[in-house]
Amino acid sequence: MDMNQYLSMFIDESNDHLQSLNENMLQLEANPEDLGIVQVIFRSAHTLKGMAATMGFEDLASLTHKMENVLDMVRNEKLKMQDYIFDTMFKSLDALETMVQDITGGGEGKADVSSIVASLQAIESGEWTGGSAPVAKVDKQTNSSISNAVELDEFQYSVLDQSIAEGHRVFYVDVLVSEHSQLKGVRAYMVFDMLERSGEVVKAYPSVQDIEQEKFERSFSLYYITTKEAQELEKGIMSISEIESVKLIQLDQETLQQMTNQAAAAVAVEAAPAPEVGKDTPVLDSKPQEEGKAAPAKAATPKQAAAPSRTIRVDIERLDVLMNLFSELLIDRSRLEQLASETGNNDLSDTVAHLSRVSTDLQNIVLKLRMVPVDTVFNRFPRMIRDLAKTLDKKIDLVITGAETELDRTVIDEIGDPLVHLLRNAVDHGVESISERVAAGKPEMGTVNLRAFHSGNHVFIEIEDDGKGIYRDKLLQTAIKRGVVTEEQGAKMSDDEVNQLLFAPGFSTADKISDISGRGVGLDVVKSKITSLGGNVTITSTPGKGTNFSVQLPLTLSIIAAMLVRLGSEKYAVPLSSIVETAIVQREQVRNIHGNKMITFRESLIPYLSLSEVFGVPDFNDADEKETEIVVIRKGERLAAVAVEEFIGQSEIVLKSMGTYLPAIEGISGATILGDGQVALILDPNAFIK
Amino acid sequence: MEEELKVIVFKLGTEEYGIEVDKVQTIERMMPITRVPKTLSFVKGVINLRGVVIPVIDLRGRFSLAETEYTDQTRIVIVGVDDMQVGFIVDSANDVIDIKSSSIDTPPEVVGGVKARYLRGVAKLDDGRLLIMLNLNEVLNKSEIVQLESVEG
Repeated sequence: MDMNQYLSMFIDESNDHLQSLNENMLQLEANPEDLGIVQVIFRSAHTLKGMAATMGFEDLASLTHKMENVLDMVRNEKLKMQDYIFDTMFKSLDALETMVQDITGGGEGKADVSSIVASLQAIESGEWTGGSAPVAKVDKQTNSSISNAVELDEFQYSVLDQSIAEGHRVFYVDVLVSEHSQLKGVRAYMVFDMLERSGEVVKAYPSVQDIEQEKFERSFSLYYITTKEAQELEKGIMSISEIESVKLIQLDQETLQQMTNQAAAAVAVEAAPAPEVGKDTPVLDSKPQEEGKAAPAKAATPKQAAAPSRTIRVDIERLDVLMNLFSELLIDRSRLEQLASETGNNDLSDTVAHLSRVSTDLQNIVLKLRMVPVDTVFNRFPRMIRDLAKTLDKKIDLVITGAETELDRTVIDEIGDPLVHLLRNAVDHGVESISERVAAGKPEMGTVNLRAFHSGNHVFIEIEDDGKGIYRDKLLQTAIKRGVVTEEQGAKMSDDEVNQLLFAPGFSTADKISDISGRGVGLDVVKSKITSLGGNVTITSTPGKGTNFSVQLPLTLSIIAAMLVRLGSEKYAVPLSSIVETAIVQREQVRNIHGNKMITFRESLIPYLSLSEVFGVPDFNDADEKETEIVVIRKGERLAAVAVEEFIGQSEIVLKSMGTYLPAIEGISGATILGDGQVALILDPNAFIK
Repeated sequence: MEEELKVIVFKLGTEEYGIEVDKVQTIERMMPITRVPKTLSFVKGVINLRGVVIPVIDLRGRFSLAETEYTDQTRIVIVGVDDMQVGFIVDSANDVIDIKSSSIDTPPEVVGGVKARYLRGVAKLDDGRLLIMLNLNEVLNKSEIVQLESVEG
């Protein structure tokens, strides 16, 4: 049985579960009495354990199992959640995360977790609390309502009971058919066929008829009497294709009785998600058995009862391929448009115009497909802030808004680290210690706001704290001390410019270097990362009130609107997002000021750049012209005029990499392919404004 | 059993050079090249090869040989090393031959003006011709480009 095809599914689902574990654990920490949350956590942990065991990741499974034991005690009120337990639980979650990451990277998911296991064991055995010992027997009444065991009638029960007495093996078997299976009924029939060759199926749910007519979701359960070993059966069943997983629970008389009792007590049981128990351990004592029944049934908290989502998981690579194919289409479209306008055939032009409209719609959809809510990045922050606040002995409330705002996946992938850095910075350097806050008349609890929102063609992510803010003098002092600016330069700077010094390389304002937000090597990295994504970051701050870092990001990176310009025989693309306007200036308007060419634009002097000079264009020089077309570009607040020979027009262009061979070229951010099949280079306006 | 190599043969001036066939992705006729400013003189620019933008270098320039006018015979040999694709402009390319790996000798210090480090060796063919085998990793060495650049700039 090849497990590889399930590996990616396992990783996805494990990450989902870990995320929900983290979230719920945080919730539980806020309301330690809420046993409903414990149930949810327990189920997540349990499912995770089951999956890990099925996939053969023993370390992962055993650690989850230990956590489960502790959780089990908590939910049965044998143990009260306390700080120490929370910390251990969080540590365990971290360890699990590391393991899953290891597996993602192709590893075995092995990790040394002995200290965590020891802590969990200590909690479990009551050594730490000195309280209650683990209890094997679990109060059935508490959990019976969430059971979905298959109900047995009296006759079936006695058959099973007798078989056990006669030394046969009795199994409770749970089979999950792959969701991609086209022939669930056939697969199920093959399972029955295989089982009936070496034993007897006593009872199945849904009924055998229903199963054969495919009247079941993805899983079915049955009671089975045989002489064979669990492992052998499992192997047999898994060898049938499109069977995703199978769980075998060997029953003894006691567990059998319990299961039937539960089933009897269960109200309107749903067949949906099957109970999951580690497959490698035929469960013999009653406690884990009970856990096995605690599968995610409808009895969960209202949050869990979400409507089945109408989504599918798609491999990211396929989306990338789709995107690439679409890019090709776009290039052909521009070619067609060009040809149609040259030939002047009306029918052709009409068809091409229609094609253009359709492909524009298609483009929107393709781009939307790649959009991911920023929540996928934000969701790990609450946990991080909690840990940070604990380490720093601060009280911090992280308020997240706009987590549903969507960004292109490529941006999402890159934005995580810079945001982590900015948040750490806000918690470490922004928010004051509790005593300082009290002295300043602020509430003990500091607030960090993390906001995401759309605006035009950009998404903004803001990180705002209500901490001490930035003091111009202090910042300038440090900057001068570190040699970032001279005293004279500093005196002339506006407050905004002073704030921007935070992003200068080799800068740190915290008097004490902490390992939380680095040694000042961080913020400049943040800045360059965001700039490389085509974004921008600005700081506003009110001393004593707090600081706001605002990160501006482009919606997408792969297709941009650009203005095509020509210089002699060469064509360049200028991203529309950085163009303020285009104009024509007379040669005599270009003035030489202190060796720099400047022009007056809207009552202010802005630098005039000759692109032909910068790029050494062989067959055009703007100095020879009487009138020059200029493109006014913007970087932040600053403007510059770039001289070109001619504007060609506006076009959607597809960003193409120039390969790894060429070193980065200042002023060029990439290349694109035009409608005529030629490559045009894309200008990087940021490089022209220093 | 002796190892046989399939080699693409191309010419720079009168010398014949060889690249293992598995390193060569395709050989193209001369096509429009978009100049890339502010790079080394032997980087001629980028081309659109079926939707992929690929940098093209003049191999004569790369080996500090005199560059010539492009003719009908001029070809762009697209090579791929690791995930890097680069086009070489060569005077002509029109042969694929098998050579025995034992026939490759270590290169003398300078062959046809090309520094020995760019070469893997010189293969002596049965008809007495000499074939200069290129060491692609060195030819495409990026750290050298960066160095050159700092010297020139």
